[in-house]
Amino acid sequence: MRHLLSTADLSRDEAVRVLDVAEDMADVATRQVKKLPTLRGTTVVNLFYEDSTRTRISFEAAAKRLSADVINFAAKGSSVSKGESLKDTAQTLAAMGADGIVIRHPASGAPRVLADSGWVEAGIVNAGDGTHEHPTQALLDAFTMRRRLHGAGSRGRGLDGVRVLIVGDILHSRVARSNAWLLRTLGAHVTVVAPPTLLPVDLSRFGVDVHVDLDEAVAAVDPDVVMMLRIQQERMHEAFFPNAREYARSWGLGAARFRTLPERTLVMHPGPMNRGLEISDEAADSPRSTVRDQVANGVAVRMAVLYLTLAGDREDSL
Amino acid sequence: MTTSTAHLIRSVETVDGTRTDVLVRDGVVAELGTGLSHLGARVVDADGLLVLPGLVDLHTHLREPGGEGSETVLTGSRAAAAGGYTAVNAMANSSPVADTAGVVEQVQALGERAGYVTVRPIGAVSQGLAGTHLSEIGAMARSRAAVRVFSDDGHCVSDPLLMRRALEYIKGFGGVLAQHAQEPRLTQGAQMNEGALSAELGLGGWPAVAEEAIIARDVLLADHVGARLHVCHVSTAGSVEVVRWAKSRGIAVTAEVTPHHLLLTEDLVAGYDSRYKVNPPLRRQEDVEALRAALADGTVDIVATDHAPHASEAKCCEWDAAANGMVGLESALSVVHRTMVDTGLIGWSDVARVMSTAPAAIGQVAGQGRPLAVGEPAELTLYDRGVTRTFGLEHLAGKSSNSPFLGHELPGRVQATFHRGYATVVDAAVVDSDVVARSAAEVAAHHVLGRSEGATSR
Repeated sequence: MRHLLSTADLSRDEAVRVLDVAEDMADVATRQVKKLPTLRGTTVVNLFYEDSTRTRISFEAAAKRLSADVINFAAKGSSVSKGESLKDTAQTLAAMGADGIVIRHPASGAPRVLADSGWVEAGIVNAGDGTHEHPTQALLDAFTMRRRLHGAGSRGRGLDGVRVLIVGDILHSRVARSNAWLLRTLGAHVTVVAPPTLLPVDLSRFGVDVHVDLDEAVAAVDPDVVMMLRIQQERMHEAFFPNAREYARSWGLGAARFRTLPERTLVMHPGPMNRGLEISDEAADSPRSTVRDQVANGVAVRMAVLYLTLAGDREDSL
Repeated sequence: MTTSTAHLIRSVETVDGTRTDVLVRDGVVAELGTGLSHLGARVVDADGLLVLPGLVDLHTHLREPGGEGSETVLTGSRAAAAGGYTAVNAMANSSPVADTAGVVEQVQALGERAGYVTVRPIGAVSQGLAGTHLSEIGAMARSRAAVRVFSDDGHCVSDPLLMRRALEYIKGFGGVLAQHAQEPRLTQGAQMNEGALSAELGLGGWPAVAEEAIIARDVLLADHVGARLHVCHVSTAGSVEVVRWAKSRGIAVTAEVTPHHLLLTEDLVAGYDSRYKVNPPLRRQEDVEALRAALADGTVDIVATDHAPHASEAKCCEWDAAANGMVGLESALSVVHRTMVDTGLIGWSDVARVMSTAPAAIGQVAGQGRPLAVGEPAELTLYDRGVTRTFGLEHLAGKSSNSPFLGHELPGRVQATFHRGYATVVDAAVVDSDVVARSAAEVAAHHVLGRSEGATSR
């Protein structure tokens, strides 16, 4: 795997391979010495044009557990805020000998531009681009689902027949996009639920079913997984919906609605959560919630991605 | 001393399919017919070439003053000549904005000095293109530049009351308002055509309705106040329907389509290559088909390039940060050839109409878009329809290279261009700036010396 830019690029075999390698990496975390020498001598740059402490430290932990040298490059406080272009920043990093660049950028497609540009030789990992994709989040979500559903027998398997409901701001969510494509590739059935203002006008390329009423969607789909997305505060100011109370009542996973879910249904959230808005304490803290698993699994999945893009002969496909 | 070299264009084909020799002398078509001879004339073997009236672009960004890093009046004029143009209308979004008589006169003077094409400045509708106060429309109309086209292009005159006043006020000077139809609130954060692909790519959507709603409002306003309206770069099938409806009601509206909207679709955006970033954005195949049909049936009156040069640093970046716009003067005729003529939708006399006669009429560009007849100004383009070329950097003659057609197979090639009787393109190569400037100066001097001497000069 040369780069990881989009889950839409992954074949089923490639996706399963990432998840299987992540299983191996997760095993490392249970050892006394939680470190592998695999990427010794390799330099990974975390190039973050947006604040995201969670994603950055998850990648940092993953790289360090593989013995890579890590450089954190935050756009704030660097020359980027003085107007340096993506091209110049990338060439600077290339001159410093970066082998891998983990990029978070507010512009959709920026990782793709970097990978196609010829400005750098480094492998590029998309850590979230604009309202486009967040592929490692989707991979860790799929990994979490697979572990919960198949336990120790997860290796080699997809998510065939699993019914997933994704609820919230589909229009602006890179998590929703990456999950829609990855879960479909792995054989799952995805339904998105949102107020019409937070759905793209045309979802035909998503390969998902669409509902605007959450209760109807739960009844119609009988979901194995309900994934709640974070609602950004600015969406309220932009009048996508009237106010937080109405959103929580209609599209939040409140305590009452949580109790109507089937017993087996998992509750997921990519974090950080707005408790009381899109999710209630009862749902977030229940044993069926995978929120903390997702964080832990994130490191294993990102180790797998860094390993597959940076170790050995990268020109080979997975 | 002659004012310029006489040219004998031999055996050229006209748009109605006949063959003729054309003798160009003293800035006009001096003789037509077969077997013409003229001592001292430079002979141009045009066997197999088509003669078109020099092309007229109603929508060109020359960037000067203020944007000389991407284009100047001189370099943009060279690009125009290379594409077979003999006149361009320079959009007002320079820096300073062309909203005063001083700026439009300067642009016109720079065009005259360069000498490749007639440069007609377009005046801004509103001061600083800000959309709040009318610019000095009267002063620009009465200036030496005699501005007749007014546009805030790049920005929509979105305030309905200002739009009404502008239509009324410009009418008083016999001009036309060229509207960039884009409802600003509906296009906040817009990055590409809104649809299934924008949803997939996570790019802000530019919905067709944001263009169509403004055109609908504007044709009704133009009707109400009895003014002329020209709609810039129509890009959607729905816009075509609105313009068709307006014309059926007898409303005085004209419309243009760009070459890129006749050929390219939004699918090109999928790789986030900012060469394909343009405003209005590339649309769907259905829109391309509707625009071609509309140009063929006259609903859309003209092709205008929206030639929008940008330096490479404005394009070598992430999609959101990249500038909107494409250069188009050098490739326009070939794109029309491919999309409209090779498809059988229109013939070459129609090409002459939509790329020369009609834009000259809408823009009131004197001496342009004239029929091929003795005594008419020698504004001519010789076009070789028989070749196919892979469009490349070597075919660009302006300062910027942000063409979406690089690497495309395009038919035809401009073989020669004549402006005011002298050659600006010879053997498919742009004539040196010094030579053209000297020719332009001679013609100007000849005019200053007056017609009295005309009898003796040859």
